[in-house]
Order: sequence, then structure tokens, then C-alpha cells
Amino acid sequence: MPAASLTSVRSFVAAPAPARPAISVEGRRAFAFKGVEKRFGDKTVLDGIDLDVPAGQFVAVIGKSGCGKSTLLRLLAGLDRPTTGSLTLGAEEEGHSRTRFMFQEPRLLPWASVVKNVEVGLTGIAAGTDARRRALDILGEVGLADRADEWPSVLSGGQKQRVALARALVGHPQILALDEPLGALDALTRIEMQQLLERIWLAQKFTAVLVTHDVAEAVALADRVVVISGGRIALDLDVPVARPRRRGSAELARLEGTILDRLFG
Amino acid sequence: MSFSARLHANAIGWVLPVLVIAGWEAASRAGVMPANVLPAPSAVAEAFWRLTLSGELIRNIGVSTARALAGFAIGGAIGFALGLANGLSRLSRGLTDTTLQMIRNIPHLALIPLVILWFGIDEEAKLFLVALGVFFPIYVNTLLGIQSVDPHLVEMGRVYGMDRRALFFRVILPGALPAIFVGLRYALGIMWLTLIVAETISASSGLGYMAMQAREFLLIDVVVLSILIYALLGKLADSLARLLERLSLGWHPAFQN
Repeated sequence: MPAASLTSVRSFVAAPAPARPAISVEGRRAFAFKGVEKRFGDKTVLDGIDLDVPAGQFVAVIGKSGCGKSTLLRLLAGLDRPTTGSLTLGAEEEGHSRTRFMFQEPRLLPWASVVKNVEVGLTGIAAGTDARRRALDILGEVGLADRADEWPSVLSGGQKQRVALARALVGHPQILALDEPLGALDALTRIEMQQLLERIWLAQKFTAVLVTHDVAEAVALADRVVVISGGRIALDLDVPVARPRRRGSAELARLEGTILDRLFG
Repeated sequence: MSFSARLHANAIGWVLPVLVIAGWEAASRAGVMPANVLPAPSAVAEAFWRLTLSGELIRNIGVSTARALAGFAIGGAIGFALGLANGLSRLSRGLTDTTLQMIRNIPHLALIPLVILWFGIDEEAKLFLVALGVFFPIYVNTLLGIQSVDPHLVEMGRVYGMDRRALFFRVILPGALPAIFVGLRYALGIMWLTLIVAETISASSGLGYMAMQAREFLLIDVVVLSILIYALLGKLADSLARLLERLSLGWHPAFQN
């Protein structure tokens, strides 16, 4: 495979001509934003983001409403293009889907059974009995193997979001982008989902980018917390706490305090 | 719901019609209802038997049903195709929707004099009217169904790499189906209505023609019989549509009990 196809550049827009910047291929890098700006009309949402994320890292992105954190995620998932700057993605392994997106809402197809919904995550990757077997495997991992043939409408909110997680993971993505997927769940279901997410992430070692406004959730799950404020990175903090982490420990509380100070200081 | 429970639920719908017929028979026998106003149900049953034996009834039902279905197939297919096109393509909608909405506001039965001038009283006239009548409910509801598909689901489909074909068959069409079925049931009602009117005014065969002939000869039992048969055919069409609905919308909370 030629080196150029190992790396893809989503966008480098400034002039209409598709000028491609020099890209170094780094297998261990998940993605890198370089000087990324995003404007909608007159409004600058992202204003010079530089972010380099190694493969396998769990990054949490925090910020107040409207700070641009969801836009960052949409750029990463290819749902939008940067106005200027570039986004570099790392090497692609065969048989893996590139980036998967988990939305705030489950967004399950109401007319497809649970297992068929998970198979949506294998579009263009697998079909038929192979797809069904893989979908059932991942449903087992999220604890819903016995609900495979039911309609989504009979599931609870937390169960629906677990199906959405299974759909996102069934194609073994290299990057999982999560846009506040636990925001609408009740507090206890939420902690359960966080533990499930951490367990699967530890097992599959994909790169996770979690957008959240829950600082406790960020420090409990992430290796690294990025605070965005006014379209810029205001804080880039490592969370050097061993796993499994104990919720409410002094160490996590101290980090939480640092982040909150930066958000409201 | 178990089979016997569903049978009971269906049976209860027939209690009222049976009671009405029993009361009607009693009133006729007691002489409260003169036979030249409304013949007794037994007289209607006799007419039914007489016309069945002569083959006249079956032939006329066959002719009317064939007309209804052919008109429905033509009008429904065009309505469905245009509904899809206008739901999926802004250009197509911009081009045709205004025109269609204008035509929709003309009562299609008002075209009868024109249609008779165009087609005479041949089959084409009936087909044209039925097709025009069923076109609009199918068109409007197909368009509505496609426009009301959750855009979040469409975005999800795109993000997960569905091509246009997969997006249509797995997201858009299933999402539009409940509305399309509403259109289908409306259209079936309009189909019979249009056919009755068209056959009553100009025809040389069919149920409407049979009723008009019977009126000429003061065969009031045959007139009542044709009306009852229309009611039964309408109910049959509606039940078929409901069955299809239940089979294809099993996922919908309204059909889970």
C-alpha cells in the first residue's frame, strides 16, 4: 500500500485549489488538529485549535455550552470541514472503520430490531450471517444479548444508549467520538454506562474522544482533559491516576477543582 | 392479544349491524316499514340469491372491482412516485407541487361532464376518475411521510456510511410508511365513492349500473342490495389495508398490544 493512502487529510481550505500540506505518517498517532479554525458566517466557533492525540488515548473535551466542543467533534468525524487549518488522521488498519460517532440521543431505527440496529454499524464492512454474528457478540459485551430480537421502543433509555454504543463499536473503530452520550441518563445509569465504556475501551484500545459538560465524568474516565473556552484550548491536563479509579477520591477531586477553576476562574 | 381475544374484539363490531338488521326485519314484518320504501332484509336476501343464481351479481361485482383496482393501481402508482420524487428532490417539488396543489382543490367529481365528453361512457372515463381520486391522498401522504422522517436518523445513516440506496430503503421509506398507510386507507374510501358515482351516472355494467337499472324497474330490493354490497366491499378493502399495516408496522408502538 503506498504511503499516501495510509493517511488522509480531511481538509485544508483557504483557496479553492485543494492544496495538501506535507503530512508525516505516524502509525501511533490517532489524529492531529493543526491551527484549525471554524467559522459559521461571521461567527468564529473554533479559533486556532492545536491538538495532537496518540492512538489509544481517552480524551475528554470540556467546555460551557456553545464553546465549540461539539463542533470539534463534528470536524473529527468528518461531518463538517474546517474553515482553515488541517486535520490529520493516523494510519488505518485493515478491516477497521475509521471514526464512529455516538450521538446525544440513541438514534436507533425504530423499525429495526436491536440486532439489526447494531448491524448498521457494519454498513460496508460485513453483511449477512457474518454481520449478525458480530452484532450478537458485541451485544453480549454490552449485556443485551437476550434483547437482540426486540424492538428498540421497549428498551429503557440506558439500554437504548447501550445499543447505540454497540452499534458504534461493532466495526472496531479506531476513533470513537462521543457527543455527551450519557447526558440524558439518570445518575445511576450514567455511572453504570461510564464503567461499561471504560471496560470496553480497556479491552479494545480504540482512541476515545468524549465531549461532556460533567467534570466528574471527565476525570473519572479520561487520560487527558482538554478545556475549551472561547474557541481555544484553555487547559490541556493529563490525568495520571491509575485504573480502576475510585470515584470521589481526593486525587480526582483535586483535578476536578483545577478544571472548574479554569472554567469559572 | 391471543387469537380468541382478537376474534372477540372483531365480533363485537358486528353486534350493532346484526341488531339493526333484526330490528329492520321485525319492522317490515309488522308493517311499520312499507315494502316500497324499504324492503325487508329477507327480501334483499332473496334478491341476492336470485341475482347470484342468474350470474348477474357476480359479473357486476367483478366488473366494478376490476375497475376500482385498475384505477387505484394507476392513480396510486403515479401518486406514490410523485410523492417520493417531491419528498426526495427539492427541484422536483419546486417544479410540480404548486400545480398539483391547485389541481387538488378541484373536486374530481366536478370533472364528470368533461370526462364524459372526452371518453364517452367507456371504461376510460371510470378509470380516469378513480385514478384521479386516489392520486391525491396517496401523493399528499407519501410526501408528508418523507418530509417528516427524523433528520437525526438520516444524519446517523450518513455517518454510518449508508449510500443513497441504503438510506432510502432502511431509513426514509420505513419512516414514511405510517403516513403512506394513512393515505392508502383514504384512497380506498375515495376509490369506491368515485366508482359508485361514475357508474351511477354513466355505465353499461357494474354495481352502479345494476342499481340504476333496478330503479328503472322499481326493483327496490336490488337497489338496497347494491348499496349493501358497496358497504361490504368498502369494509373488505379497509380490512385488507389494516392487515397490511399490521404486518409492516409491527415495530410501531401503536401496533404493539
